[in-house]
Amino acid sequence: MAPLVPSQEELQRRRIIGINAETVTNIPSTDFPGHWPGESHSWALDKFKNGFNVEFHRNDPYEASFSLIGLDAAVANAFRRILMAEIPTLAIEYVFVHNNTSVIQDEVLAQRLGLIPLKGSVEGINWMQWFRKESEEDDGTPADTPSDFNTVVMHLDVECTINADAEPGEQDPRKLYHNAHVYAKDLTFHAVGRQEEYFAGDGAIQPVNPDILIAKLRPGQVIQLEMHCIKGIGADHAKFSPVATASYRLLPDIKIERPIIGEDAKKFAKCFPKGVITLEPVTSAEASRPGSGYEGHAGELKAVVRDAFNDTVSRECLRHEEFQGKVKLGRVRDHFIFNVESTGQFESDVLFLEAVKVLKLKCARWKRGLSDLMA
Amino acid sequence: MPGSVHSDSQDQSMVDAGQEQPEVPIQLDEKRIVVLPGADEHNASFQFENEGHTLGNALRYAIMKNAEVEFCGYTIPHPSDPKMHLRIQTTDQTTALAALEKGFSDLMDLCDVVTEKFTESRDRFNEESSNRMQV
Repeated sequence: MAPLVPSQEELQRRRIIGINAETVTNIPSTDFPGHWPGESHSWALDKFKNGFNVEFHRNDPYEASFSLIGLDAAVANAFRRILMAEIPTLAIEYVFVHNNTSVIQDEVLAQRLGLIPLKGSVEGINWMQWFRKESEEDDGTPADTPSDFNTVVMHLDVECTINADAEPGEQDPRKLYHNAHVYAKDLTFHAVGRQEEYFAGDGAIQPVNPDILIAKLRPGQVIQLEMHCIKGIGADHAKFSPVATASYRLLPDIKIERPIIGEDAKKFAKCFPKGVITLEPVTSAEASRPGSGYEGHAGELKAVVRDAFNDTVSRECLRHEEFQGKVKLGRVRDHFIFNVESTGQFESDVLFLEAVKVLKLKCARWKRGLSDLMA
Repeated sequence: MPGSVHSDSQDQSMVDAGQEQPEVPIQLDEKRIVVLPGADEHNASFQFENEGHTLGNALRYAIMKNAEVEFCGYTIPHPSDPKMHLRIQTTDQTTALAALEKGFSDLMDLCDVVTEKFTESRDRFNEESSNRMQV
């Protein structure tokens, strides 16, 4: 028996998650075999390929926004989680304090340094490998030796001195002293071995934002540190997370089911962010159609949904008596509007591709492990 | 069908990192799946170490898309234990292990499609915005 094919309206209905004043309805995905009698929802690659679509809204190095359409929440969420926690990046992990006479304690200073986002030649960062730390389980595996392929060395060497050229009566410590403020730009990169080729010129490892304040000094105070940067993942420490934010929301859906006309229409438009609802005059054709609800209102303004994309789904319109039963709010189940903000080590769109790669690699490695069970 | 390998052998050998050109490893540990006790050919629970909702839910989705699978669910039995359990029950037409393998394959195919369409759409967008800049 050929599988039943549901009508377009039915499919559309299933795609919308209902958002009501107090409840959310039609939440779980139902596109699984056996859920709808007679319908086939088995995995089919070409079916997925036909239904899946990507739309870009914005693509800047530090911020990308795009829609993934035709995907299940389980997969979209996997991408989001991987973006935040499982893409390897470079960050300061070990700080060797040779001298620190500033008021900021060694451990606090080290914590601040770790959180500074670094950038450098992407090719070089991809070439670098893991630095394996000493095992916590005390099973005797020693830590790796720091080498050019697993550790990047940076130094911070500042001393605060009195500025003899300062004007008399100067109050600003930055003018009164040299190096009163220590910034991220004061970190210096020291290439070792092959790093000289990979991180040459503009590709040198450096802070993304040169003006991050690290510490404040007064004359006579010194900070001398050596820092080792290694690769890590966000699951281990947030400093390794390549994104500032990685989030998605579902596309809002607004349906005006019965006419909203005149003053009501103006009030209705005010319930939404600008540009979501627009006002259009009722055409004479609409007004002459019996049962349309527009009879005798030709020329008056009616509310029309222009662009639901920017709606916040605040549900404000559901609070008003006059719109009861006239509007239906919802969200599209399989339309994910992603927003990815990179911290600067990689470009935002590259990060998403990297996330897909990580998920695939994860599957490949586990699948390879299955062969042990097959035996 | 495998017997239960839920034994006390904890031999977690390290993967050779490959000093010159390694693949991008997520964890250094070798990935090992354990079949929990009480499994038969069609019904089995698998234990994944160092995995969570990321793989668990995505894999559950992929496996549930298989018409020969009657039940698939995942759980993280304890939040401070980095383990994920995946339960698969199938019809007589296939085995739990085969369903798991198909789940991985389908998920990998899905990733390829996402990469392909994403790259395509991004390149088109970049081209269009550079055209707009020139005008």
